[in-house]
Amino acid sequence: MPKNPDIKKVLVIGSGPIVIGQAAEFDYAGTQACRSLKEEGVEVVLLNSNPATIMTDKDIADKVYIEPLTVEVVEQLILKERPDSVLPTLGGQAGLNLAMELDEAGFLKAQGVRLIGTTSETIKKAEDRLEFKSTMEKIGEPVAPSLVVESVAEGVSFAEKIGYPVVLRPAYTLGGSGGGIAHSYEELVEILENGLRLSRVGQVLVERCIAGWKEIEYEVMRDAMGNCITVCNMENIDPVGVHTGDSIVVAPSQTLGDKEYQMLRSSALNIISELKITGGCNVQFALHPDSFEYCVIEVNPRVSRSSALASKATGYPIAKVAAKIALGYTLDEIKNAITGKTYASFEPMLDYCVVKIPRLPFDKFISAKRTLTTQMKATGEVMSICDNFEGALMKAIRSLEQHVDSLMSYDFTALDQEALRRQLKVVDDRRIWVIAEAIRKGISYEEIHEITKIDLWFIDKLAALVEMEQALKTQPLTAELLKEAKRMQFPDQVVAALTGKTEDEIRERRFAGGITAAYKMVDTCAAEFEAETPYYYSVYGSENEAEATEGRKKVLVLGSGPIRIGQGIEFDFCSVHCTWAFAQEGFETIIINNNPETVSTDFDIADKLYFEPLTPEDVENVVKIEKPDGAVVQFGGQTAIKLTEALMKMGVPILGTSAKNVDAAEDRELFDEILETCGIPRPAGHTVYTAETAKRAANELGYPVLVRPSYVLGGQGMQIAINDEDVDEFIGIINRIAQEHPILVDKYLVGKEIEVDAVCDGTDILIPGIMEHIERAGIHSGDSISVYPAQSLDDQVKATIVEYTRKLAQSLHVIGMINIQFIVCGQEVYVIEVNPRSSRTVPYISKVTGIPIVPLATKVILGHKIKELGYPTGLAPEAEYIAVKMPVFSFEKIRGADISLGPEMKSTGECLGIAKTFNEALYKAFLGAGIQLPRYKNMIMTVKDGDKEEAVEIARRFEAIGYKIYATRNTSKALSAGGVRNIRIRKVEQESPNILDLILGHEIDLVIDTPSQGVEHSKDGFIIRRNAIETGVNVLTAMDTARALVTSLENTDARKLTLVNIAEVKNL
Amino acid sequence: MKAFLILEDGTVFTGTSIGSKKEIISEIVFNTSMTGYLEVLTDPSYAGQAVVMTYPLIGNYGICQEDMESSRPWPDGYIVRELSRIPSNFRSGDTIQHFLEKHDIPGISGIDTRALTKILREKGTMNGMITTNENYCLEEILPRLAAYTTGKVVEKVTCEKSYVLEGEGPNVALLDLGAKRNIARSLHKRGCRVTVYPASASAEEIIAAKPDGIMLSNGPGDPKECTSVIQEIKKLCQTDIPIFAICLGHQLVALANGADTYKMKYGHRGGNHPVKDLQTGRVYISSQNHGYVVDTNNLDPAVAVPAFVNVNDGTNEGLSYTGKQIFTVQFHPEACPGPLDSGYLFDRFMKMMEVNQNA
Repeated sequence: MPKNPDIKKVLVIGSGPIVIGQAAEFDYAGTQACRSLKEEGVEVVLLNSNPATIMTDKDIADKVYIEPLTVEVVEQLILKERPDSVLPTLGGQAGLNLAMELDEAGFLKAQGVRLIGTTSETIKKAEDRLEFKSTMEKIGEPVAPSLVVESVAEGVSFAEKIGYPVVLRPAYTLGGSGGGIAHSYEELVEILENGLRLSRVGQVLVERCIAGWKEIEYEVMRDAMGNCITVCNMENIDPVGVHTGDSIVVAPSQTLGDKEYQMLRSSALNIISELKITGGCNVQFALHPDSFEYCVIEVNPRVSRSSALASKATGYPIAKVAAKIALGYTLDEIKNAITGKTYASFEPMLDYCVVKIPRLPFDKFISAKRTLTTQMKATGEVMSICDNFEGALMKAIRSLEQHVDSLMSYDFTALDQEALRRQLKVVDDRRIWVIAEAIRKGISYEEIHEITKIDLWFIDKLAALVEMEQALKTQPLTAELLKEAKRMQFPDQVVAALTGKTEDEIRERRFAGGITAAYKMVDTCAAEFEAETPYYYSVYGSENEAEATEGRKKVLVLGSGPIRIGQGIEFDFCSVHCTWAFAQEGFETIIINNNPETVSTDFDIADKLYFEPLTPEDVENVVKIEKPDGAVVQFGGQTAIKLTEALMKMGVPILGTSAKNVDAAEDRELFDEILETCGIPRPAGHTVYTAETAKRAANELGYPVLVRPSYVLGGQGMQIAINDEDVDEFIGIINRIAQEHPILVDKYLVGKEIEVDAVCDGTDILIPGIMEHIERAGIHSGDSISVYPAQSLDDQVKATIVEYTRKLAQSLHVIGMINIQFIVCGQEVYVIEVNPRSSRTVPYISKVTGIPIVPLATKVILGHKIKELGYPTGLAPEAEYIAVKMPVFSFEKIRGADISLGPEMKSTGECLGIAKTFNEALYKAFLGAGIQLPRYKNMIMTVKDGDKEEAVEIARRFEAIGYKIYATRNTSKALSAGGVRNIRIRKVEQESPNILDLILGHEIDLVIDTPSQGVEHSKDGFIIRRNAIETGVNVLTAMDTARALVTSLENTDARKLTLVNIAEVKNL
Repeated sequence: MKAFLILEDGTVFTGTSIGSKKEIISEIVFNTSMTGYLEVLTDPSYAGQAVVMTYPLIGNYGICQEDMESSRPWPDGYIVRELSRIPSNFRSGDTIQHFLEKHDIPGISGIDTRALTKILREKGTMNGMITTNENYCLEEILPRLAAYTTGKVVEKVTCEKSYVLEGEGPNVALLDLGAKRNIARSLHKRGCRVTVYPASASAEEIIAAKPDGIMLSNGPGDPKECTSVIQEIKKLCQTDIPIFAICLGHQLVALANGADTYKMKYGHRGGNHPVKDLQTGRVYISSQNHGYVVDTNNLDPAVAVPAFVNVNDGTNEGLSYTGKQIFTVQFHPEACPGPLDSGYLFDRFMKMMEVNQNA
């Protein structure tokens, strides 16, 4: 069926800020879909509140609205833009929920707008627990015995009937928010109360626990004619009980025979046919390990994280095909872009093995529970491809960038058999390392399987890796042994450590013996057809298929690896734009990256894509084949920067700022020299290596001081210390993470924090804009509300900032991007950090100012001058809009994480408010972050002594807009003394009713709780904040944020929103 | 022990010997299925060929006896990237290593199966040798490889004498040209009483039993080698008995009706081939295993018209015979291994028989 000619203008809804459970995969899917729609001549209107995405580029859509994802905004947008259709299945659960609300309210029908892709009836059938269950029953597909409950009492009585443990799944939430497994009455009540509240419709499914069964997923496609295919199936190594987003996943399934495979495939096709899905769909199954019994766990009638993974694992572009199907095409009319010969109506055949490992944030949330449950906790993931499972697993492990490179990286050697047996029962992110140790200690496969329920086949594969470790430790390193170790993708570093040799020795031996990496293609068809736009993965002991192409100059672009707190989707935005800019300049582009959720790893972004870990050894293997003319490292975050030195050693020229100068920015002494020469002040500080010298430095500077390791991103390990005890504790934490770099101790200055991104061509600089943080210095820039243009700086200070930026860029010989953070105290400007690379703020500032910063920087890197490119130098004129970038957190997903903000970054994503006035921009930003107030007009304040004065002023303003204020003892005293009416409440440890009862009573809008500086010695604040977050109450931990919020609430006239098409924003 | 795979073009792959140590010469073909290695091994259509599995990890779920598509494995040789060290499946009763040894099937593992597949794709299917003899002599071997033909393999794989699967429904005569078990099972499951005949059965013998329908199975080799079977099929086609044919059976019906077949460059072997039902426009993913195909260029529409076409390469995937109760498909609706999507064709055959009975 050809394209439906009535579809001319489509509204695509994105997924909003990155949160756990909804990450970069939707930018990838949305971007691919928008390009696919534009390819068909359809006008695309895009709505997404997340400015860091590629989909919100004017190159991707025709009209781009970075506005809050609320029903009101979508309605207003539809009235303004008059699209004929809405495509809701590409923006994750957020986009889908929004479209459903509009449809249910009858708005779409009234406006004559249709949902394309999948109908609302279908979405309802798949997402509504009751409808889903009855649909499955109708077509004879088994589901676990379950009941949808709307009250705790109902849940309890059903659980008692089917027996504990039971699984709880709230309806319409993402990443399994609020779900869990309850083993007892108490657990049931706790999880169920929470789940009922989080569900959009107040429903939670209570079902028979099938934990321990195999978890298998199928990605299926269906067109309007009813043709359906499966793109891929995947097997979770972790059995049912761990959210698939937190599981190690392998594709295709490894332990299913054809009978099981086809049984579940047929079931998936039956389901998608009955639901009449048009587009992509994900079906999750639980398969009994010892029979053919199975149940359907869940159906997602949209593109998902799993479909992004399946796309990258197979080469089948699910989002692109889904968009074409939405326009009316059938599968046999859509060309397979990888082969250029076959059609979308075929099933990819893999001749390799794919392993995905989640990137969990426990390095950021040290206090959080590491256990994995049905509630997703991962912020991102890595994928690797190899012709054997062992190799794929080894590559995935080192792609994580969590100081792990083998099955020995987490040390459990101190545990004896008994302790290991206990540890095996713990389901956390280190489980495969525990299993490896259990194998080393002689615990049988069967026993490990009995405890973990992980299939014997996987246990045997882990054993094969352990045996190789043993062989390397105990046997002479023959060419045969080395070959076999490399086939399993043991990195040289690990081989060196096990054999007692140096990494260089191992490398030399390899080259002498011809043991080098070869590259194979992902071609969707197991080599049956020739491929036109394949991508590559490394193997050892096979023929190489990646041929170095000649003719054009070649550039290597290093990606930024898995999405983690501190290094998010922003860097993928930068990598992709840099790649496109190089292509425009006539370069052949090569990307190395390992993140399946990103746009950069889409098959048609670079000329060549290597799906590989980003370690020096893996990069060198690519370099040896491709021999690039240069590499860019300044766009791939710290991941790429860290590879600079290694690239230089390989003889690859670093394009842009040289490695020496990158180092100068990080090396305290070199940097101090530069500052001194330039006459730029910075907070006094010292470089130290031990806790003793750190304390000496701190006392000399005077507390409070900032303590942090050098070479970090996202403020990892950075803390404000107020006394010697704090210093001891922080240094201990820093040293827990392997650190070869020194530790910095700086005087902590209280002032306005200012941030600048600039492009420098060696002579001139261009500063697109100056950003000001709402929160004072001390809160990580990624967690601060950032405002462009800076609102409170006078021209004098601005001029100083521009001057310092120019001097720094010139002294560091920056060619390309530089990011500088300043502290402004009065008229004094101090530099606190310089990063000679692209930063987190680049995407947003590009969009607000209309200056394409990354392409511009790329051209500068290639030798063009800012002036000749037609841009002004110095500070660009301010744009007509004010933009407020608001951090978004995922605290409710991570049990036990402390939510108080500080120098260590904790936010997972961001959203933007853009408007002609500050107040409207601020309101939009809060709205985009999901803070929709007022509701009950009740709030709680409990602030540290230093904040009491400000608390009075802020409380007074809240009181004026009708808030009833509850306060703990000292805060209450301060408020009363300041004449603010308030109700004093008891502390956590005091008898009920106390502050916790109040929070759990569900009628609190807001908690303002500023923790005392340094390590919080009382656990009170922590408990308050956790309980509030888990009850869905907004919690603010900084007075500045609270002031911004009350400002926004006061300005009710700012609530009439004017939607801004940023594709029309012009600066110059 | 080392093993060598020597191709007709002189390429030599060195790997590890698996299964039997004996030396074989065979036609080398590749299969892209990711699951179903046992079904592939026991598919009689592979008689006279050695199979390369493009999926690199084979043997993971061991040997599940009831998944066998015939009583034994048929390929002359088996070529894989890696065999699993342990089988893991609740039904598994054996390891693939032992299974190959037990049935005296030689093989080779640890070779770059993707490189091999690319050679076969680019140069076309060719003959090869698997040997454990390290002192092999190429000059001596290559002419032997070139001379090898699979020959008349149908007679090797067909049943010795006819037998019956009892049932209450229609009587179906199944001509076993190397039938996979699931063909008979698919009919039997639908209630048919299935009489299985050896390939040597005469048309007269089959017609005399007054079947309600005739099923012609899959099988190995060049269809044009089956000269006598073609003669018998001609006679069957002249009756009013509904006929449904799969794969080799489909090719033989075409040849019996004056159409031609030709050898494809490297055939279709796998479980992911899209075929379009020209009657409905629907596309199904099918299981396939064939190296020859019916040439529809000179097909007389008065005799037959294409019913299915391959979406990838446009080759014929099925014929509907004009004015006759005959329809035939190139792919495998019985699956095993592969997708079950086209199982509805057995229902269509059931319907044909029912209509014919009522007529």
